[in-house]
Amino acid sequence: MPSYKHGFSLRFIHVWRRNLLVWRKLAIPSVLGNLADPLLYMVGLGYGLGSMLPQMQGVSYVAFLAGGVVCSSTMNTATFEAMYSAFSRMHVQRTWDAIINAPLTLDDVVLGELVWAASKSLLSGCAVLLVAAALGLVGSMMALLIIPVILLTGLVFAGLGLIMTAISPSYDFFMYYFTLAVTPMMLLCGVFFPLEQLPGVAQAAAQVLPLSHAVALSRPLMNGVAPDHAWLHVLVLALYAGVSYGIARRLLKKRILK
Amino acid sequence: MTHLSIKQLRKSYDGREVVAGVDFELVPGECFGLLGPNGAGKTTTLRLVLGLTQPDSGSITLLDYGVPAQAREARTRVGVVPQLDNLDPDFTVRENLLVYGRYFGMKRLDVEQRIPELLEYAGLTARADTRIQTLSGGMKRRLTLARALINDPDLLFLDEPTTGLDPQARHLIWERLRQLMLRGKTLLLTTHFMEEAERLCHRLAIMDHGRIIAIGTPRDLITRHIEPEVVEVYGDGAEYWAATTGSKLAQRCEKHGETMFCYASDAHALVADLANHDARTDIRYLHRRANLEDVFLKFTGRELRD
Repeated sequence: MPSYKHGFSLRFIHVWRRNLLVWRKLAIPSVLGNLADPLLYMVGLGYGLGSMLPQMQGVSYVAFLAGGVVCSSTMNTATFEAMYSAFSRMHVQRTWDAIINAPLTLDDVVLGELVWAASKSLLSGCAVLLVAAALGLVGSMMALLIIPVILLTGLVFAGLGLIMTAISPSYDFFMYYFTLAVTPMMLLCGVFFPLEQLPGVAQAAAQVLPLSHAVALSRPLMNGVAPDHAWLHVLVLALYAGVSYGIARRLLKKRILK
Repeated sequence: MTHLSIKQLRKSYDGREVVAGVDFELVPGECFGLLGPNGAGKTTTLRLVLGLTQPDSGSITLLDYGVPAQAREARTRVGVVPQLDNLDPDFTVRENLLVYGRYFGMKRLDVEQRIPELLEYAGLTARADTRIQTLSGGMKRRLTLARALINDPDLLFLDEPTTGLDPQARHLIWERLRQLMLRGKTLLLTTHFMEEAERLCHRLAIMDHGRIIAIGTPRDLITRHIEPEVVEVYGDGAEYWAATTGSKLAQRCEKHGETMFCYASDAHALVADLANHDARTDIRYLHRRANLEDVFLKFTGRELRD
């Protein structure tokens, strides 16, 4: 098998910068999208639906929602980037082939793609934070601690997305992942309502999913409260990120360096 | 001194040996051609040499580096023109060169200094800021070639560099490759165009079923393996004529597709007999000197390859 040592090198920056240069060409619509999307959630669901709801855990529904949407936006962006965009570069445009003919390795490419997808999701998570702050939904400066949570969450979903990319024969395959993983997480991990509202079994299942742990950190921070069991949630997310990256790396090597 | 040395290289996929004991060497400054039908193992050999896949056994030394252990280091002095275009469609012509230079760890200033020269080489100076999608096939190939030169490599790998190009574009690529040879670059190219191999390569290896079956200069391969003259006979009556008359007058007659190839050290008698049939419409013929294609057909047989 190709050697697994020398896996980490700062050379991944070249791959990251390549993607940044492409993004810069579409930066304005991309940032506008990052801002418009959470704004729609806050206005539509937060104020619209929220006006019919009582206070949630001591805050308005829209403030409650903001803490969840930060995480779901991050998940969506990282997932899209690590699946559709990375798959295009790997399989359709053969950009990766060109890169590994130069003195970069597949390890550099995979790490570059991982960090890139996480960076893009960091931007979209921060956009939600910004919108929430502008709407006066942020409890205190503690909300700044959400930024590292976003980054970690981005790494989790970038790693999971790259696993899908590694095993996918075509774009259609990604629909399974959305149906079986992304949508359930979106609906069951406490983005729109407290986890405790779910029946016991569903609650236990949701506890296994990474998005629940991201929300468990970001929501209290958004409302100016220190999260309970913070290190436990961080640990779960870090495990998800590390393990999924390791698996993605192995699978992509098997696919590309056969 | 060699730029590339391959010894007893082997690689199997699912029990099928795709590279089955390949040996050859590249001398600095030469153009070496790897010739073979589809599926002969040419592209896999290139992937092995670049360290993009692990050999089952054998040794590879590329520019004094052991591959695959030091493949990445070796690639800093190598340029690659792949079979399938993989230019970056999100970028302009210039950006493609700029970004590719970064992969070699080149400083922006150094790459920018190099770009005008490469654009001129590719004949794309006027198109520097257009996007890739608007380029013709020939332009894309030239840009891919220029991109492979960004690091001023000692050795260039070209995997079927003119496949899919029209004759004009092909001649232009050949001319560019000859320029590189004049500058002392070592070239390794794979092709299944005999004309390309005969025109460009100092030495050739004919490869089939993962093995090298013949190796030498184009002239040498022709004189060593083939009778000097050939008469191609075709038409409805060709096969009958070859069986009755041709096979007696030629050293050897072979059928490829619907054409009979009659090989002889002196084709005088063959041509004289065929001239008797000039009035017939079911037999036509072409008398010519033997070329590389005859060598290729002799070694790689007549079955259809996919």
